Amino acid sequence: MSNDVLVLAEHVGGQISESTYELLGKAKELAAAWGGKAEVALFGPAELASWLDGADTVVSIDHPALADYTCEGYETALRSVLAERSPRLVLLSNATVGLDLGAALSVLWDAPLAAYVGGLWAHGDSLVATCQVMGGKIMAEVELTAERAVCTVLAGAFPAAHGQEASHHHEVVSAAAPEALETLQTNLARVIEPEGGDVNITDADLLVSVGRGIDSQDNLELVQELADTLGVPLSASRPIIDSGWLPKTRQVGKSGLKVKPKAYLAFGISGAPEHLEGMRDAELIIACNTDENAPIFEVAHYGTTEDLFDLVPTLVDKIKE
Amino acid sequence: MRIVVAMKAVPDLVEEIELTPDETGIDREYLKFVLNEWDDQALEEALLVKDATGAEVVAVGLADDPDMEQALYTAIAKGADGAVKLTGGGLDTHARAAAFAAYLAQEPADLVITGVQAPDDLDGQLAPMLAARLGQRHVSVVVGVTVQDGNLVVRQEFSGGRSHELQLPTPAVIGLQASRETPRYAPITRIRQAMQAGGLQEATVDAGAEASGLTVRRMYRPEATGHAEMFSGDTEEVAGKIIELLRERGIVKA
Ligand SMILES: Cc1cc2nc3c(=O)[nH]c(=O)nc-3n(C[C@H](O)[C@H](O)[C@H](O)COP(=O)(O)OP(=O)(O)OC[C@H]3O[C@@H](n4cnc5c(N)ncnc54)[C@H](O)[C@@H]3O)c2cc1C
Ligand SMILES: Nc1ncnc2c1ncn2[C@@H]1O[C@H](COP(=O)(O)O)[C@@H](O)[C@H]1O
Repeated sequence: MSNDVLVLAEHVGGQISESTYELLGKAKELAAAWGGKAEVALFGPAELASWLDGADTVVSIDHPALADYTCEGYETALRSVLAERSPRLVLLSNATVGLDLGAALSVLWDAPLAAYVGGLWAHGDSLVATCQVMGGKIMAEVELTAERAVCTVLAGAFPAAHGQEASHHHEVVSAAAPEALETLQTNLARVIEPEGGDVNITDADLLVSVGRGIDSQDNLELVQELADTLGVPLSASRPIIDSGWLPKTRQVGKSGLKVKPKAYLAFGISGAPEHLEGMRDAELIIACNTDENAPIFEVAHYGTTEDLFDLVPTLVDKIKE
Repeated sequence: MRIVVAMKAVPDLVEEIELTPDETGIDREYLKFVLNEWDDQALEEALLVKDATGAEVVAVGLADDPDMEQALYTAIAKGADGAVKLTGGGLDTHARAAAFAAYLAQEPADLVITGVQAPDDLDGQLAPMLAARLGQRHVSVVVGVTVQDGNLVVRQEFSGGRSHELQLPTPAVIGLQASRETPRYAPITRIRQAMQAGGLQEATVDAGAEASGLTVRRMYRPEATGHAEMFSGDTEEVAGKIIELLRERGIVKA
């Protein structure tokens, strides 16, 4: 075992993702506390290493099978890097890549996993993490006492700046591609880019946003009328889109769009971490939710436990007045 | 093709969540439990594959999960060919993965579909853990599974709405984010019929794995520091205050 902290780099279209820098910043802090190195595993184009000079070591595996992310390819490559370098801790983003790999590594690499991590600090030799459980309603502070660990970290949990500061002893190591990469069974048939929208919700100054509290497609009219009266687009949480009630282009959150309007009105949205990820930077957030313990109230500036079926029509009437 | 859908009962998050007296766990006694919503999507996706290919669908849940029988009979009422109550798993995901893996070693499946995650716990997601134990391929955050020429075609979603279409052979374990169709509805009469007919299979496995190397120091509600200022007054007044805030900031004219 070493005292090193290893971050898995993510990249899309030749760009290192913001979350990679967030994780790297935290890795540098922890590695400094433990007297180890902050390392990044970079799979795919080796030239991207030049964007990762914040790491003490970039371990690069450049192989055609790793040009784009696939679970099988990345899992194969990451296991070979872990066998080689034995870090103390692996940091992954708590998004698709982390959801794919975190739990699998926990079994395959025999390390405890903390998911939904929002806070992380060294506590002597061990590691303490705060995780969101119960859909964000409860926080769990856990101590990872094993000699290795895997954490999947929420987007935006740590600032990216520290991960972008150049390291004094930056090196790039090119690792051998494991043979298993030649015989992968998963084939990436195509990459599907998000479709252009009828409206661009990221451009709006004000969004009326609706969640599962609306109950049925018929009721959607109610919030649509409020949006129309205000002359702004209607956006929504994921279940509304999954139900086919609104197009995908209206989805706010982790797997939808990140919005930063001047004001965001949330009706019947609980505030799951995946939703908050897409709207927490709005300048003004007003939430309506009948559950006073709904996590949305933790990020909203103003809130009310009024029933949306009472409040929305009243708002419409008052604006029309 | 035999498809197993792994199911879990989770606390209904709309209810008040109480902590145990020592504040290191959730007090499960008075909690209402519901089927993990993502497992419902997983079942729907499996039934869609069945509709298209005639695959056999079996729902499997842990016998110790609250109200699991109801969920399993509902699965049958919706069209599953069978349902299994599994004894021998534990509370955490590692223990569940071990139990499901032991069951699948006895009764192999070509495809396992499970919800992308359960919202209640912190040690991760069943699908990758299960696949890792079975030595199978897995894909999570999937929004559609079809079968073409005996291979799986799955669509995996990434942030910002980008997705990958992947082809992979069976056996495989899929973590489902959303089914292609809204989960079908089973009328209560049909669920009752299924219950009267009985026929839940039972299976017992011996798989005592627990997540180790992780201890919960404490649980707490997120700090109230960032809490919203709650409007007082009746609906009229609340609506008035919201409009005033928007006008003050020039977001709403007039
Ligand atoms: C990988 C991944 C990606 C995801 N990406 C996204 C994403 O991009 N965007 C997203 O939104 N979610 C996403 N999710 C889903 C997320 O975890 C939640 O399931 C979802 O955000 C919940 O939506 P909701 O708040 O509308 O529904 P719920 O959580 O069901 O909340 C409904 C709320 O409405 C309230 N309510 C009910 N009736 C009323 C009433 N009459 N008046 C007022 N309030 C009422 C209830 O108290 C409740 O809090 C993702 C999940 C995963 C695993
Ligand atoms: N984090 C990054 N990872 C990879 N390439 C980057 C990154 N940031 C910038 N680039 C590349 O450099 C170009 C200019 O970016 P910038 O310097 O941020 O304006 C971009 O169009 C990218 O091609």
